[in-house]
Amino acid sequence: MTALLEVTDLVKHYPIDQGLFPRLLGRPAGGVQALNGVSLSIRAGETLGLIGESGCGKSTLGRAILRLHEPTSGRIRFGGTDIVGLDAPGLKAMRRRMQIVFQNPYASLNPRKSVGEILAQPLRLHGLAKGGELRARVGAMLESVGLRAEHAARYPHQFSGGQRQRIAIARALILNPEFVVCDEPVSALDVSIQAQIIDLLDRLKRELGLTYLFISHDIAVIGHVSDRVAVMYLGQIVESGPARAVLRTPHHPYTRALMSAVPRVDRGDDRAERVRLTGDLPSPLNPPPGCRFHTRCAFATEICRTTPPALLPLDDSRMVACHHFPVRPA
Amino acid sequence: MRRLGNLLPGKLAKLAAAAVLAFVLMAAAAPLLAPHDPAATDLFRRLQPPGWMAEGDWAYPLGCDALGRDILSRIIYGARVSIFIGVVVVLIATAIGIAAGLAAGYLRGWVDRVVSGLIDILLGFPYLIFAVGLMAMMGPGVLNMVMALAYKEWVVPARVVRGETLAARETEYVEAARAMGASSTYIMAREVLPNILSPVIVVASVRIAQVIILEASLSFLGLGVQPPTASWGSMVADGRGYILDAWWVSTFPGLAILLLVLSINVASQAVRDAMDPRFHD
Repeated sequence: MTALLEVTDLVKHYPIDQGLFPRLLGRPAGGVQALNGVSLSIRAGETLGLIGESGCGKSTLGRAILRLHEPTSGRIRFGGTDIVGLDAPGLKAMRRRMQIVFQNPYASLNPRKSVGEILAQPLRLHGLAKGGELRARVGAMLESVGLRAEHAARYPHQFSGGQRQRIAIARALILNPEFVVCDEPVSALDVSIQAQIIDLLDRLKRELGLTYLFISHDIAVIGHVSDRVAVMYLGQIVESGPARAVLRTPHHPYTRALMSAVPRVDRGDDRAERVRLTGDLPSPLNPPPGCRFHTRCAFATEICRTTPPALLPLDDSRMVACHHFPVRPA
Repeated sequence: MRRLGNLLPGKLAKLAAAAVLAFVLMAAAAPLLAPHDPAATDLFRRLQPPGWMAEGDWAYPLGCDALGRDILSRIIYGARVSIFIGVVVVLIATAIGIAAGLAAGYLRGWVDRVVSGLIDILLGFPYLIFAVGLMAMMGPGVLNMVMALAYKEWVVPARVVRGETLAARETEYVEAARAMGASSTYIMAREVLPNILSPVIVVASVRIAQVIILEASLSFLGLGVQPPTASWGSMVADGRGYILDAWWVSTFPGLAILLLVLSINVASQAVRDAMDPRFHD
């Protein structure tokens, strides 16, 4: 299968307004380095799970791919078109093909619009339907996410969190996109509702032939939905590969720390193997030199402090960015 | 309906709203209500006291001014000027303020720098002195006064709209609209504006009272509405020289200003309570 989405060396720095004095003194402007040379590819029809701590740049990556945030540099090719270079009409046409579901269904629906208006808006903006056909498509979309057509007349505040997320999913899918960024779509929901929404996303993916970039900090959720996973740390991908392989036998010390933080009932004999994370995520304003993880890594040596490790292929499917793991034959 | 019911919680607010309504009706029906021609002079009735005083005449219940004009009739007609200017200035200012505030808050960049710079400059001038200067340049008159006041008044709604827009542009529903392919104009008008309208309406209702005071001040200084048109501010000024022996000439128009401004302020407080989401479920 060919890659539907190919991201190469994506960089996103948010400049910081320094104020007058540092500028007068000629201090160089710093910035938040949210994404630092991220490369990944997603094949048509697969789900790529993106894991990482809060603040590691997961959501920025999702939004940069959709050009909701302009990338600082790098390339994003979607279906053969470079998105970064698109002009306004080209971008608008591209927006039909890629959509997003946000984390917080309480913030992502305009409280002043009825559900019908929220769902009709994308169709109207792209001139795809009007009048009776528009209403029919809105009704059909509501039914396919498990709501009823007559819900179109209601307002977002009349729905529960799970129902709101269904509405948000309906809004993302009504344009028949090929690719959807799911940005922590279940993190804001009750655990009992999370499974329903995940099942819904799963069913819609199969029925509509969708491709997902699924962002989450919840490893159980990622393990359930993903075909492949990518692990992010401070704006970089440190490990990627088939979901099962990466989660079963993680190589990068950070992935191992994440995995050993997952509570499990069947474990008990491998307590000694637990890799603990110490300290906080360093500031993306001033990330550590060398390997960005070395400040919290139990295995860090001199080379880790000076030389950033490259994300190198391990076999034909996995990639790891670490100087020490897995131990490679000399 | 829920909102209408909450709009006027207290009895005081109801009373204030009724008073505002009464002033508006009075202004609208001025020719029917006024007992005399507000501009008709009668030198025999020069500084005639109110009806209940010794030399008063109940045909002229609030007395007459130095030219023998009926003060009640002039107050009734004066309400037209005050309310018209208050409402028109605030409407113009709000329209400009919404456009400028939305553009500055949503588009940021050089638009924001220009609008914010203008706001800062205009805020640097004392309002009344600024208006006096403009009126001195343009000359007196109702239309010029509307322009002179709106020139600075738009800053107030613009700041409110800009601040609210800055917050709204970061919400996920705005991001969702951008992901949909919506243009900036569409997002400002259809996504942001409906969500920031409540504070704008509250500010506008309070500002009407402020503009009425400014109108009265300008007219008091002789820069506003020109004779023979009656304006409360100029009526107060007319009676200034006789305040010791004919107190009614200045006092009654002054009371009218006080009552209208107070009523608007109390009523707009109720509007704010009703629109503030913290008072709702």
